[in-house]
Amino acid sequence: MPEAFKFELVSPERLLVSEQVESVVIPGAEGEMTVMAHHAPVMTTIKPGVVTVKTAEGKAERYVVFGGFADIVPAGCTLLAESAVHVADIDRADLARRIQEAREDVADAKDDETRSKAEQFLSQLTTLEGAILPA
Amino acid sequence: MPSLKDLRNRIASVKATQKITKAMQMVAAAKLRRAQEAAEAARPYSERMGAVLANITQAIGGGGEAPALMTGTGKDDVHLLVVCTAERGLCGGFNSQIARLARDHIRKLLADGKQVKIICVGKKGFDILRRDYAALILERVDLREVKTLGFVNADAIAKKVIQLFNEGGFDICTLFYSQFKSVISQVPTTQQIIPAGMPTATAEATDGGSAVYEYEPEPGEILSDLIPRNISVQVFRALLENAAGEMGAKMSAMDNATRNAGDMINKLSITYNRQRQAQITKELIEIISGAEAL
Repeated sequence: MPEAFKFELVSPERLLVSEQVESVVIPGAEGEMTVMAHHAPVMTTIKPGVVTVKTAEGKAERYVVFGGFADIVPAGCTLLAESAVHVADIDRADLARRIQEAREDVADAKDDETRSKAEQFLSQLTTLEGAILPA
Repeated sequence: MPSLKDLRNRIASVKATQKITKAMQMVAAAKLRRAQEAAEAARPYSERMGAVLANITQAIGGGGEAPALMTGTGKDDVHLLVVCTAERGLCGGFNSQIARLARDHIRKLLADGKQVKIICVGKKGFDILRRDYAALILERVDLREVKTLGFVNADAIAKKVIQLFNEGGFDICTLFYSQFKSVISQVPTTQQIIPAGMPTATAEATDGGSAVYEYEPEPGEILSDLIPRNISVQVFRALLENAAGEMGAKMSAMDNATRNAGDMINKLSITYNRQRQAQITKELIEIISGAEAL
């Protein structure tokens, strides 16, 4: 059985998770990554996606996060999410609204750089929607 | 001298007022608890954010990579003041204290020949500052419809500020809010949010930071993502502290009002009783002297 480590999921409003876990899958800005105990120190931004947490008791919990960043040290992992909800509690209407806003951002973008950023964000959101809606 | 009937009405009306202030005090107490919980729940995020920020600035080492939001424009000609107050009154000196602090600051800046711009969060601060500095107010953020303060609200304000900064609208941004010390003490505070200044790594941060971090993407890129978020967090914290402070101030103000109403009722009842007694005595004298005259 893999060693457990401390994982914390924090959103500005509250501390969502703080427990011993076996592994965490984080949607990093440059690809998904699985964090286990004694991971090398990494700091990464995260994109909108699903965080899968495998607790020490072997349960798997899934959380939807909308951007943020992760601070990983050998002793533990802290995920600072801009906004985070449990997959079971996700509000479809809220997600749809975010996508709508992202679309407007794409339309409003003035220069290429902001447009490509907005488009990237939109595609991440739509992938996210595809990933959780059938569930 | 008011008549007996006047006094009776007066007492009834003060009693009604007392009931209202009593109810408001209880409502404020309940809301205060919730606001305090919210402020406490938000603390881990801002603490970790501070630690991460200190860590990453250390990694960059104050090089030229630091984004403008952190280093500032290098000037201090135009100041933006974000004045956060409550949406509602009846909370003692809470709003006027914040507004006074802001006004002193504005006066000093104007005397130094600086340009001042104001964003008001909350109706009360807007009402007070509008009297003297209506021309300086850029806009007013209305949070009256907001039931529970969310991060989205703070984020919207922060985005406005950052956008203004990117357009070159100001050089220095200062946040005015009331720090929640305890239920009876709220301290109006100023906090400079742009430029953020280099946070000095605390002993705790260097402890964990001795390991060499890997950054994904580049530290500079993470930092430029982190700083705007940090500003939102600061604004959010200020709003939460304000909300808790407002309720604390309202609670003690309403407690005072209830007590004052009680004193007033006592005083009025004494006058009322005395006057009633005087009238009875007067009538008795009239009857007795009438009987004696026969």
